[in-house]
Amino acid sequence: MTSTETPTAGRIGDSPLRPDGTLKVTGEFAYSSDLWHDDMCWGVTLRSPHPHARIHGIDISAALALPGVYAVLTHEDVPGLNRVGLEHLDQPALAEDVVRYQGEAVALVAADHPETARRAAKRIVVDYEVLPALTDPRHALDDDAPHVHPDGNLVRAMKIRRGDPEPTAPVVVALDFEVGMQDQAFLGPESGLAVPDGEGGLDLYVATQWLHVDQQQVCRVLDLTPDRARLHLAGVGGAFGGREDLSIHVHACLLAMHTGKPVKMSYSRDESFFGHVHRHPAWLRYEFGASDTGELIYAKADILFDGGAYASSTTAVVGNGGTLGLGPYNIPSVSVDARGVYTNNPPCGAMRGFGCVQAAFAHEALMDELADRVGVDRVEIRARNGMREGDRNITGQLIDSAAPVAELIEIVRDLPLPADPVGERDIRDLPGGAANSTHGEGVVRGIGYAVTYKNVGFSEGFDDYSTARVRLEMTAGEPVATVQTAAAEVGQGLITVEQQICRTELGVDRVVVSPKDTSVGSGGSTSASRQTYVTGGAVKAACEAVRASVLARAAAQLGARNLRLDGDKIIAENGEVLASLADVLGDDAVDETVEWHHRPTEEIDPETGQGNAHVQYAFSAHRAVVDVDVELGLVKVVALDTAQDVGRAINPDAVVGQIHGGSAQGMGLALMEEIVVTDGKVRNPSFTDYLIPTILDMPPMQVKVLEYADPHAPYGVRGVGEPPTISSGPAVAAAIRAATGKALRRVPVRPEHITL
Amino acid sequence: MDFLAPSTWAEALAAKAERPDALPVAGGTDVMVEMNFDHRRPGALLDLTRVSDLREWALVDGRVRLGAGVTYARIIDELGATLPGLAMAARTVGSPQIRNRGTVGGNLGAASPAGDSHPALLAADAVVEISSAARGTRLVPVADFYTGVKRNALEPDELIAAILIAPPAGPQQFCKIGTRNAMVIAVSAFGFALHTDRRSVGTGIGSAAPTPRRATDAAAFLAGELEAGGLWESRGALPEGLAVEFGRKVRDAAAPIDDVRGTAAYRLHTLSVMARRAATWAWDEHRRAA
Ligand SMILES: Cc1cc2nc3c(=O)[nH]c(=O)nc-3n(C[C@H](O)[C@H](O)[C@H](O)COP(=O)(O)OP(=O)(O)OC[C@H]3O[C@@H](n4cnc5c(N)ncnc54)[C@H](O)[C@@H]3O)c2cc1C
Repeated sequence: MTSTETPTAGRIGDSPLRPDGTLKVTGEFAYSSDLWHDDMCWGVTLRSPHPHARIHGIDISAALALPGVYAVLTHEDVPGLNRVGLEHLDQPALAEDVVRYQGEAVALVAADHPETARRAAKRIVVDYEVLPALTDPRHALDDDAPHVHPDGNLVRAMKIRRGDPEPTAPVVVALDFEVGMQDQAFLGPESGLAVPDGEGGLDLYVATQWLHVDQQQVCRVLDLTPDRARLHLAGVGGAFGGREDLSIHVHACLLAMHTGKPVKMSYSRDESFFGHVHRHPAWLRYEFGASDTGELIYAKADILFDGGAYASSTTAVVGNGGTLGLGPYNIPSVSVDARGVYTNNPPCGAMRGFGCVQAAFAHEALMDELADRVGVDRVEIRARNGMREGDRNITGQLIDSAAPVAELIEIVRDLPLPADPVGERDIRDLPGGAANSTHGEGVVRGIGYAVTYKNVGFSEGFDDYSTARVRLEMTAGEPVATVQTAAAEVGQGLITVEQQICRTELGVDRVVVSPKDTSVGSGGSTSASRQTYVTGGAVKAACEAVRASVLARAAAQLGARNLRLDGDKIIAENGEVLASLADVLGDDAVDETVEWHHRPTEEIDPETGQGNAHVQYAFSAHRAVVDVDVELGLVKVVALDTAQDVGRAINPDAVVGQIHGGSAQGMGLALMEEIVVTDGKVRNPSFTDYLIPTILDMPPMQVKVLEYADPHAPYGVRGVGEPPTISSGPAVAAAIRAATGKALRRVPVRPEHITL
Repeated sequence: MDFLAPSTWAEALAAKAERPDALPVAGGTDVMVEMNFDHRRPGALLDLTRVSDLREWALVDGRVRLGAGVTYARIIDELGATLPGLAMAARTVGSPQIRNRGTVGGNLGAASPAGDSHPALLAADAVVEISSAARGTRLVPVADFYTGVKRNALEPDELIAAILIAPPAGPQQFCKIGTRNAMVIAVSAFGFALHTDRRSVGTGIGSAAPTPRRATDAAAFLAGELEAGGLWESRGALPEGLAVEFGRKVRDAAAPIDDVRGTAAYRLHTLSVMARRAATWAWDEHRRAA
């Protein structure tokens, strides 16, 4: 809902200030939870307390009788198809006869006050018959496992086979690894406002990552055509994948259509933990075979992802885990099996770095083990086996731009290390911090390394594109460009990037970014590290179209050729200024819309997993230095340094910001971030007990950014947002292993794993 | 819901007598959370923040009389040297925002086994000053104040006026375990005081039993061994074996549970380590002070 106009100059390679930065720091930014409409009412959701139950009936009469209540809705009130889902339409918008996870939406209430709505929801009587719940994904595919969905519990199985089917090697290392369920823990809970237009349609203002896919889903459930369901991006307080699936969208719209009133919905923090998907927990079994000097000969991996009750992005998570799950290494013979299954656990879906985050903990732990076994330095073994440009990865795809694995890991190795502690230390620098649990006793330092690579953009044959509309006109004697895309700004800085591209391409200073909504074509998802690449590419292409059209006009008017546009001047080949933009445009605007697709990818072969699955790969490495109180199991990360190839830093400050944040999130998974689920029930749905790193947990970082342009990408950019989340956690885990000598085959590493 | 806002202590006591269902609110850092979660819907809120007496501290008859409404931030700033154990505990509470609002009176009112002030108060032999309009003031040793999980010795018409703590004759320590380095609820905690004047030892265990509690046997054991070894006089080094044994006995005094924050076994283990370390730090400080 923001129209942004900044006078700040700033082209590609500069770091102009973001328009939302100061507002966010001072608390003035309008988030979706701040949405307001004069005669709005409030919607709340009644959720299942059971991980698995049959619904025999829902009695809404007591709720409806409460004064102030406008509507109580169940699945019977859904006008269209009662199904949602990003990749599989397997989830009812409102539960029908069965609930499959704790927190599944069962009924909706709209009332004049949120408290009234909550009280009414408590008066809804749902007749549940509790059913046995399937909560251990390792048994989901057993013959006698209860079926979570009628077709069974397999969401996707992926096979990759390459090289020798029965390889042998002089050195073999193997391990089992387990990764807990991380949460996106975005700070702005799900919220939005649906406003009926009185003519059978509505406008939905919502915090999301992909307006157009939400629009499709809303239309399907509400039985509306897209022109009747207009979506607008409201202020987003972080996303990290957790806003790819629907939250309040369909529910607020159902209530708004039903009551004829604007309806606001806003989750509390605890509801938020049930209102979005989480990162897939994973069980990984890996084996590497290598030469006596540590050259990889073969790798086998078996990866199981718990998708929970509904598929969400499980298909893509399995895809990434399978195709990328052995890390950025050259491995002649490969056998990977990756599976995602249904259970009655909380649904899991997209989260930053998905598939790769889980796998990286296993392949990096195993690389260390291999290094130790053959007596090769842990950095050296990665450099030796690391991919280089021109290599083929495990799906046989040619790596056709920079793949500086060796360089990245060597850079982080060579960055200055924190000084060894001397003398009395401030307890805040020690494990436990101000809690005063050590004055240095039991504290051992450890260093760990990790590298990763991650696909950028959507893969496996998905037609991934973005749409940009750019208009150039004279306003008050000055050229002004207006750029419109539907690509969601979720805090990553896309608005600034769009402005920088327009300034660079058109030479104008003033760039207005239109509100993000569905009145222009899809921008694709703000995920998969793809927006600077894909929407950036679309904006660049639209600018080029505008420029071509201005120059065509100028050529016609001036009878000259080979002209160039620079700011408000039309310039001839010899450098002479022939006309001003104002002369050429007059009162007209040049307005071009371009749909821009990245290079196509392919579906991989179902038997061998071979194929060009991904459009681009991004590489990063981390070195973590930790102090562990080995007696108490408490960890202080002393340094977390990184190197990453970003192709081209469009906005260097924003790049470093992504790397800082991503590294913190990866470190969080290694150390503390876990949704604890017992028998299908979430035990810590709050920031009291779902811990994320604080400023005292996150060390200052040395960040080294490489810019090896990808010749296939606009400006050479490479996606930035995800790799740091992938390589930081395994580096921290490795450092803790180095300090403690413990195997630590599960993350988050809990203190009792170290001490007991 | 009624909102009662007395401006004097007498008015506050009268209000509590008249409305025993009124829930006192000081910093509100527990109360508001409970209300937001709809865990509590009291008939009335009794706002104590206008009662200035509660926000004061003073030295009275050789003891610090700490008003129930003094915040953690002020304890850290103003009483860091006078009440070192409590100040150490205060530094570990929540975040700066919580320390600016939260009070020791509120920590006692909530009586959570995880409250950070309790181990420090137990180790320092603090006394809770309780008042009612009908019966005036009574003094309850803090060890008798905790009566069950999140329950305390207050009668419905009573309020906490102050906490009385003797400035320590010897060193004090407070340690806490949390799974991150700030802003975390204690997985376990330990308070320690060396009462060099009385040649005795004070202890307090947090988050490892239904209520905060002392490790009485461990304290008696350590004091006795120090006596037997002539260490009070000699100020010789604390034998490591003694510190370890003290740690074991502290661990034996606890009765923790497994929960989402930690296992019972881990809690027991950390208590033995914290107790050993805290006793050693305190003893070393005592020796240095000679
Ligand atoms: C984000 C966050 C982090 C936290 N971290 C910690 C932590 O690390 N360690 C910790 O110990 N606690 C922590 N807490 C809990 C809380 O801050 C403490 O318990 C604090 O001491 C409560 O003080 P208060 O003044 O805010 O109490 P209030 O919320 O005002 O009251 C708490 C209870 O005490 C009663 N009460 C208050 N004053 C009196 C009085 N004078 N007489 C009788 N009853 C009274 C109230 O009725 C209520 O039952 C945290 C809370 C939050 C929200």
